[in-house]
Parts: sequence; structure tokens; C-alpha cells
Amino acid sequence: MQMPIPDASVIDRKDQIVARLLAVLPKTAVIADVVETRAYECDGLTAYRCPPMCAVLPTTTDEVAAVLRICHEMDVPVVPRGSGTSLAGGALPTADCVILGVAKMNGVIETNYDDRYIRVQTGRTNLSVTGAVEADGFFYAPDPSSQLACAIAGNIAMNSGGAHCLKYGVTTNNLMGVTMVMMDGTVVEIGGAHMDAGGLDLLGVICGSEGQLGVVTEATLRILPKPEGARPVLMGYDSSEVAGQVVTDIIKAGVLPVAIEFMDRPCIEATENFAHAGYPMCEALLIVEVEGSDAEIDAQLALIMKIAAKHNPVELREAKDADEAGRIWLGRKSAFGAMGQINDYMCLDGTIPVSELPYVLRRISEMSKEFGLDVGNVFHAGDGNMHPLILFDANKEGDLELCEEFGAEILKLCVEVGGCLTGEHGVGIEKRDLMHVQFSKADLEAQMAVKDVFDSKWLLNAAKVFPLDASEPRRVA
Amino acid sequence: MHPSPVASHSQFLPKENSMTPTSELELSDMIKATKGPLRIVGGGTRPIGRVVGEALSTAALSGITLHEPGALTLVARAGTPVAEIEATLATQNQRLAFEPMDHRALMGTTGQPTIGGVVAANVSGPRRISVGACRDFLLGVRFVDGAGNIVKNGGRVMKNVTGYDLVKLFAGAYGTLGVLTEVSFKVLPAVEAETTLALSGLDDATAIRAMSAALGSPFEVTGVAHDPAQALTHFRLEGFAASVAYRAKEISKLLAPFGATQDTQGDWAAIRDVTAFAGKSGDVWRISVKPSDAAALSEKIGADAVQYDWGGGLIWALCPVGTDVRAAMGNTAGHATLIRGAGQTFHPEPAPLAAISTGLRAKFDPRGVLNTGIMG
Repeated sequence: MQMPIPDASVIDRKDQIVARLLAVLPKTAVIADVVETRAYECDGLTAYRCPPMCAVLPTTTDEVAAVLRICHEMDVPVVPRGSGTSLAGGALPTADCVILGVAKMNGVIETNYDDRYIRVQTGRTNLSVTGAVEADGFFYAPDPSSQLACAIAGNIAMNSGGAHCLKYGVTTNNLMGVTMVMMDGTVVEIGGAHMDAGGLDLLGVICGSEGQLGVVTEATLRILPKPEGARPVLMGYDSSEVAGQVVTDIIKAGVLPVAIEFMDRPCIEATENFAHAGYPMCEALLIVEVEGSDAEIDAQLALIMKIAAKHNPVELREAKDADEAGRIWLGRKSAFGAMGQINDYMCLDGTIPVSELPYVLRRISEMSKEFGLDVGNVFHAGDGNMHPLILFDANKEGDLELCEEFGAEILKLCVEVGGCLTGEHGVGIEKRDLMHVQFSKADLEAQMAVKDVFDSKWLLNAAKVFPLDASEPRRVA
Repeated sequence: MHPSPVASHSQFLPKENSMTPTSELELSDMIKATKGPLRIVGGGTRPIGRVVGEALSTAALSGITLHEPGALTLVARAGTPVAEIEATLATQNQRLAFEPMDHRALMGTTGQPTIGGVVAANVSGPRRISVGACRDFLLGVRFVDGAGNIVKNGGRVMKNVTGYDLVKLFAGAYGTLGVLTEVSFKVLPAVEAETTLALSGLDDATAIRAMSAALGSPFEVTGVAHDPAQALTHFRLEGFAASVAYRAKEISKLLAPFGATQDTQGDWAAIRDVTAFAGKSGDVWRISVKPSDAAALSEKIGADAVQYDWGGGLIWALCPVGTDVRAAMGNTAGHATLIRGAGQTFHPEPAPLAAISTGLRAKFDPRGVLNTGIMG
């Protein structure tokens, strides 16, 4: 993975830069020691590491503004960081950058149940947003797998999804307003507790811009009343084609489950060995969850089971109580951990049209043989967001490169069948150089033109998202 | 299902001389060649803002290009009539869940609303409060920008974070960033049953509290609107019949402190289209605020009539010509759009945001030829 050559003229001024930062931040909020900056050398994409020049941990919007003003003035690159859980390298530093971490900004500013929103500082973790309102019967809907650790700042940067977005949407559909600091230190308020933008939908383009347009310090999030209950069913099939057809039939029948999750045999085997959830050994396993009152759940599940039964399932299991529901979810929720037990893995997240599922799974399995690397598939089937997990051995020379090459082929396949490179993890550095596969030059120019407006010097997280050759004229300008 | 473009649309084609491209390439050439200004026209049913310039019609960029019911996806060219899309979806028992408003009665226009116009104005209806706005269902766009570049963004899949989300930026950009040529949507299943409950006799503030109570419950109301003229507050429930019946019962119990609910024939199309203001003289304002601010604000603006949708989050106000609603709003967070009447259409933005918006327009339409001046 190529990164731009660090700017020596920045690194040479490290002492001056740190001195300026110390003038606007408490001493403990500036980390410049070469040993301590190692803590920020990578995010969830651990294959790539680079300690930053320094890291800052401000506690207020004003402090963030002061930091960015200094960096803007001194032409210092900035990489924003939430909790550092990005699987795409969204928070990977460059050697000449200041890491701006929002982790210390994690307070709740306001909750309003009449108007159904919560306003938080963006260092707050996803799960603790729900934690702040659940005693009053509300929740925050987007639920990425990393929700225990990931910060709202990163969720907004990557427009994170989760297992339940088939019904509730992703971050952008649940974000009402932000306080954002622009690279030049200007603080802007966009949106708020009211609905829809008054002018251009700037919030819409900020969400998912991977920390390249500004640093979001506060966010107004839509909260929803908790459903009365939820219950999953598990179904096993002996081919992924049939499982794919079941998904389509359920959707066409007018039921809108909150989640439809899919696991293939390699993944089932791995999770069974690891979590002993009692899953049937079969080619394709589906977990379908619906919500409502008991009676409503019964009615929806009856319809779903009828559809499921028509396709000759290997197994059909309905949760009778919370304990059984927990066991149905157990394997799915430990799938990534289980795969990690076997080997190192790379997790992809391309999205495909649901109808292409059987074809894409077949191609992946063929490619798996060609590359000689095993793949497990676990994904959100309702919306076509795949998560192929490619197993490799990081200690074996050339294995990571082989794995990346295989991953790239899978993502190209996703684009080829009408899908995209990333459904919820973001581009970061991981998919950056594949953007040409999905986008034309004009498509990329249009996106980069947006960054020109927000960050004309291209200082914010500039080595991400766009292929380096495409962004070079702007970055080195 | 892949219906071919419908030839009979020619009846909606604008008069001769206007620019009516039949392909993206043709559109690109036309934009490159023009000195502007151009006035982008879909069905011409939503004359919001007063745009001047030569008409550029999307009428010949028409037709549904993809409908995949099992994937809940529909793709159509921008000039496709909304009616054609709704009819096609209905054959598979599906719909555009955001319930786009039909502006014809309110604006006194005729013609066929197009899907491109719906997107350009981010048009949604009462169901927006529960499922989201047009922009939330929009998966992808193709457009030609003001320099003639043909650009795509997003796609046809539901989860997509590949690159910047220009899709949202284009929803509600009123054609100022580019001419839409194709749009793709997430669609949803139509429902088996629908019922509407009504409370009567509530003043505005109490009605909004009742609506908030319903929206804060797990019983999934999909429309909540209050009409002060009739002192009627409406609550819509949709879904499978047994579930609707159950939730209606629960909502009635929940709302008991506000009075006894009645089953009614909810006219959600009339609520959606604000037909109560149709044909009545005066300016029409669309005000977006947080629901709990709505009743107090309504009292201040000096309207002849108001109507609340989205649980109070959306106020429609019919005001004497020239009323300065924005001055009355003062510091109330939100914004007011002058939908019908003479004056500044969009709420002025604070300087830093206005600078961003102006900067974006200058990037996407460097010569300022597309719907110039409509948004500032």
C-alpha cells in the first residue's frame, strides 16, 4: 500500500508545531513523544502502521478549532480519529501528520424525547448513545459490529451501517445535525433538531466523507422508541442459491424484517468450533429477525416460516424465548472472532444487488481455489452487503499481498454485477486504489471538487478515499 | 421488469425551440454549447422560485430502466412521470415509501410531475416522519453538470459508502448543481391495511403533544398531522391487518388523556398535497422546525391558516402576501421556504454555510448557467 512521501518541511518544524499546539491545549492533550505516538500508529486495519508526528486530544469544539487553525496556518496535514476501529485505514496516520482524536469528547449534551433526538459529543461510543436513552425506552438505530468501541465521529465519517439497517437505515438516515470545524478553524452548525436541509443538503455529503471535509465535534442524532420485542428465526439450506431465493421471497411478500443475516459453510464451521451455537452444518444459514408485539411477531414469523418451509430447509428453528434468541444470534455475533481464531483475515464489505448473490458466492468460491486462500462469507443479505473474510497467514511471506489481490478481485466482481466496493466500512486506504474500477475520471473529479470547497489546501486526511494519482495534483498543489 | 421508454410522453414535450435532449450525450453537448441561463423543466408542476432562462426539458429522458422487486430497487430516467413509476411499482405491490407530494393543486399547475423534479426538490409526504425523506430512499444519481461533464454517484444497492455521497447533495439542490438524467431508489412493499384515528378539539400545542406521544411509542404511526381549521388531529397506522388493529387499540389507549379517538377515513393525499390552501390567495410557506417549537411559532407568524404535518415538524402556512415569516421566526431553529409567492424562496444561510453552498455551485456549475439564482 503506497502512501505519499511525508513532507520533510513539516517534520522539520515539529518542535515549532508542538509548541504552538501546547499554547492552545493542556499539556496532557498533546502527545509528541516518539514512544507515545506509537499508540496511534494504526486503526482496525492493523496491517498498516505509521506513527504520526504528534497526536492531540482536545476536549472542546473551541480547542479543535484552535488546533485546526494552527495546522491550517502552518500547512500541517491532519488525520481525524474517533475510536480507531476503522477496518479501512480511515484513521491511518502519515508521518507528517497531527492525529486529532475526539475520544475525550464523549458527553451527552441534550436529550429530548418529545422531539426524539439526542445531542452528543462525537467521541461518544455508538452503544453508549443508546445507553443514554434506553432506560426511557429509546434507542439509536445504527448498530455497527464494533458498536461497543466505535465512536459517533467515526460512524459519521464512514456513514456506518449495521445488522439492522434494512429497516432503520444507516448513519446518514439517522443524523439530523452536526457542529463541524472546518480545516481553517471555522465552526459551522449544519442542520439540527428540525428535519430536512434548508439549502443544499451539506449534512448528506459530510456524512460518509471519511473525515476529509471537517472534524465533526457534536451531533444531533435521531432516537427511536424501542420496539416491544424482537425475535429471530434460523433456517438452513443446502445451497446458497436457495437461501438467496428465500431472501427474495420474504422481501417480495411484503414483510420487512429488521435483519436478514447470511452465513456460508466455512463460516458456520468456524463459528461452531468457536462458539458452539448449535448451528446446522449446511451450505447456507439465514437468521431473520422481526420486531413488534408478541402477536405481531408471531404473525410475521408465521409468514416467513411458510416461505422458508417451501424451499426445503435443512433446519428451521424459531426462538421461543430470549435465551433461544440469544443462541441464534450467538454464532453470527462471534463469526469474526471465530474466523480470527483460525488465522489472520481480511474482511471485505462490497455490496451487490441481492439477485446476484448465488452467482457472486459461486465465483468467490472458484477464486478461493485459484488463489489457494480460504474464504468465509457472513453478511447482511437483505441489503446485499457482503462480508467475505479471506483467511491468510501474516507471518508467511507474500500471503498478505496474495490476500489483497484476491480481495481486489472480489471487489471488482461486486462492481461488475452492479454493486459497489464498500457498503459500510468506507474506502480509507484499503479500497482507495480500486476507486477507478467503480468511478470514471469525471465521477472522481466531481467528488474531489467537493473537498476543494471544504478544504482547499487538502490537509485533512488527504491520502485516503481517492487514488493517489487522481488526488496528487490537488495534494501537492 | 424492464418497460421500454413510453413514446406517448411526447404530449408533455415542451414547445418547440426549447432544448429537449434525448440522451446524456446530447444533453452534455447542449450544456457545453449554451451561454445560458437555462431553466430546467421536468413536468413543470413545481414552479418553486422564479428561474429565468431558456427551458431545458428532461421530457425525452424518460422511462423506467430497472425494477427489481426482490431487491426493492427501481431505476428511472429523470423525465419519467411519477405516475408511471407508481403504476409500475403497484403491479408488484410496492411503492415509493416517502410518499412524494403532488404540488399541482397548491401551485395551480398542470402537467405530469416527473421523478427528476421530485428528487431536485427532495419532495416527500406525511410518511417522511416515520420512514424518511426522498433523499433517504435515493440510492444513486446520474447527472450532467454545468460544464457538460457526465457524472454518476451512488448506485442501485442499498448500502454504499464508496466515495462521497453526492446523491444526498443532489436531492433538494433544485438543479443548481447539475441536470439529473437518471435516479435510483429503494422502494418498499405496499401495505395490507391502513387505518386512521382522529382526535378532535385539541388546540395546536396540545395536538403536538399528542402527536409526540404517538411518535414516541413503539406502535409505529406512519403519519401524524393536525389541522387547526377543523381541530382534527390524525394518526395513521399501516401494515398487516392484525397488527394495524392491535396498534390502533394501543394508540387509542395511549392517547386517552387527550380524548377519545375516532376511526376516520384519513385523506392523506389531501394532507400531503396541502389541498386546503389550493386556490386560496396569499403566500404559501413551508416551515421546518422541531415539533415542540411549532405551536408557539405558528402564533407569531400572522398566518391566515396553518396545517401541521410530521408531528409538528412541518408547518404549512398560508399568509397574507408579503408576510415576513422569517422575521417572525427570529431565533427559532429551522428554516422557512416560500413555496408560492414573490420574495426570497430559500431561507438565507449563515455566512459560513452560504460560502460553502456558493463554493459548491461554482464548482459544479462554473459558468452559472443552471437554474441560476434560485437558491442564492
